[in-house]
Amino acid sequence: MLGFILRRLGTFIPTFIGVSIVSFLFIRLLPGDPILLMAGERGMSDARYAELMTQFGFDRPLLVQYWDYLTGILRGDLGLSFKTKLPVWDEFFALFPATLELSLCAIVFAVLIGIPAGIVAAVNRGKWPDQALMSTALVGFSMPIFWWALLLIILFSGMLGWTPVSGRISLMFFFPTDTGFMLIDSFRSGQAGAFASAVEHLILPTIVLGTIPLAVIARQTRSAMLEVLSEDYVRTARAKGLSPFRVNGLHALRNALIPVITVIGLSVGTLMAGAILTETIFSWPGIGKWMVEGISSRDYTAVQGGLLMIAVIVMVVNLIVDVLYGFINPKIRQ
Amino acid sequence: MPLLDVRNLTVEFKTADGQFRAVDGVDVQVDVGDVLAIVGESGSGKSVSMLAVMGLLPWTATVTADAIVFDGLDLTTATAAQRRSIIGRDVSMIFQEPMSSLNPCFTVGFQIREALKTHLSLTRSQRQSRAIELLEQVGLPEPVRRLKAFPHQLSGGMSQRVMIAMAIACKPKLLIADEPTTALDVTIQAQILELLLELQTSTGMALVLITHDMGVVAETAQRVSVQYAGQKVEEQSVGTLFADAHHPYTHALLSALPERANSRRLPSIPGVVPGQFDRPAGCLFSPRCSFADERCETVQPTASASSLGHARCHYPLSKGVPLARAELQS
Ligand SMILES: Nc1ncnc2c1ncn2[C@@H]1O[C@H](COP(=O)(O)OP(=O)(O)OP(=O)(O)O)[C@@H](O)[C@H]1O
Ligand SMILES: [Mg+2]
Repeated sequence: MLGFILRRLGTFIPTFIGVSIVSFLFIRLLPGDPILLMAGERGMSDARYAELMTQFGFDRPLLVQYWDYLTGILRGDLGLSFKTKLPVWDEFFALFPATLELSLCAIVFAVLIGIPAGIVAAVNRGKWPDQALMSTALVGFSMPIFWWALLLIILFSGMLGWTPVSGRISLMFFFPTDTGFMLIDSFRSGQAGAFASAVEHLILPTIVLGTIPLAVIARQTRSAMLEVLSEDYVRTARAKGLSPFRVNGLHALRNALIPVITVIGLSVGTLMAGAILTETIFSWPGIGKWMVEGISSRDYTAVQGGLLMIAVIVMVVNLIVDVLYGFINPKIRQ
Repeated sequence: MPLLDVRNLTVEFKTADGQFRAVDGVDVQVDVGDVLAIVGESGSGKSVSMLAVMGLLPWTATVTADAIVFDGLDLTTATAAQRRSIIGRDVSMIFQEPMSSLNPCFTVGFQIREALKTHLSLTRSQRQSRAIELLEQVGLPEPVRRLKAFPHQLSGGMSQRVMIAMAIACKPKLLIADEPTTALDVTIQAQILELLLELQTSTGMALVLITHDMGVVAETAQRVSVQYAGQKVEEQSVGTLFADAHHPYTHALLSALPERANSRRLPSIPGVVPGQFDRPAGCLFSPRCSFADERCETVQPTASASSLGHARCHYPLSKGVPLARAELQS
């Protein structure tokens, strides 16, 4: 098992270098001189320009710059934000828990509903539950995020008044945010209603962000289950007199999980893209919103750092998925 | 009263071109401690009829029967939960492909203990020791280590031994073995058969052995049921069947036994088993039967007397010679 993990790690390193090169070139290939951009419309003196060129290291050879950039990343240094002059690394990790919390909720929502829906559809193949679930999944899959978000906001916040429309928690509450996860922090604060408020704020963004992964997971679970249900070992499981729940939910599902986990891993990429829209719509103070603001204010180091971190996260998730394969199906370890 | 009593079992599959009748009015009786062999060419409905008894057919199958009574319980009217409490405990089944019949995601031990856990109230450690005992019983060395193995680490013969261990875990009254050796090497085949028979004698369970191999039938079974194109065409005890087969199909099968031919496998009889679209109007075997006449081609025969092995034939054979109906009636 350890060897298997090490082998997977081996493929991780070249990918990481590739990603770092792309993000390194991001600033250098953009039209316009970044230092001049930073100066804005006021312009700057030649002396200040030269000083900034040295400070950001743009005057040195490209390879040296890349080496500094790469070793910087490994030390947790993503440069300074053009806009705030604060370390991008710190800004990213200050906002990342909000995005992580939302994404985790969305993925859990998608998995908890998507997998059972896929199983039910597969077991009832061709009958009405299958047709109903799969047409719903198709609708969910093709729903534009912003439109879906607006529909939900109009219904649940506007007409029914059940859920808030923006932020992570009601402004009435104030407590230290040690972990950055609002559910945990609000719970630990012990203030009455804080946790409930955090949950209320999470519901709509979770549904909006989780809908596409949910549809994808449901469809993938169904097709993987259909393949597995006709296998001999499923017949063996039934021949043991096991309940349909155990036959489908353990013996068949365990074998169908590999492709399902794959799409869950892949949907992390989708989730990051979706987070940008969702966070903007719901004023969710996470890295999605931060990057959109970075783009509009031309804070290129922030955008560059954000892209690199998102790419690394997607890669790490895929690495975890690969390792999970080995746990789920021992045959793959070899 | 027999342990298993199946009357007039019919199985139809929904296919793209309409209903296909894979099993057609088959009767099966198995007594306590009996060894019944079911033989017949590929596609004659041997597996399907036994899967129907176990309730393991896919949803495309429609099963009808006058009765499927196992140990006093009519499975045609039993609830799904009642069925499940019997399947895997009192009647269990092993299959043709041992390698694909074990779940690749779970250890051997998990899969054996699961069978015990489902039907018996044993503690965790009792289950573990029973699992070890079972592996010893089916002749797997180093049982403790084997229990931790995953199926892909086992050979075909070992997998089939594990399947057998799982099937006998709850001391069933009936074990159905569907061509348990077909996928194995010749040397292993004999060992597995020997094991099955040894377990049958030591536990006193009944055994239904589906096979292609007439040689195996001669060595193992007490009774033989011959199926052809979904119908039972003859049933006799082994001794009398080999001495005097009454159905021309059985007769043809026996014509190639080791003494008479150099193959232990079923001999090739000219022609093929009729499929969905070329079912003859009369006797299903008539296109391939060397004794068939016009009546055979137009009128479906019914089962004859038990003295004639219930042969489903207009002119059952006696000592290889067809009897005329007139003779039968006199
Ligand atoms: N799920 C199914 N759907 C449609 N037809 C089926 C299905 N399972 C079996 N059949 C058909 O039923 C007939 C009987 O099949 P069965 O497997 O019982 O034959 P068999 O006697 O066991 O043959 P073999 O010796 O090859 O195992 C075959 O023609 C087969 O094609
Ligand atoms: Mg078969």
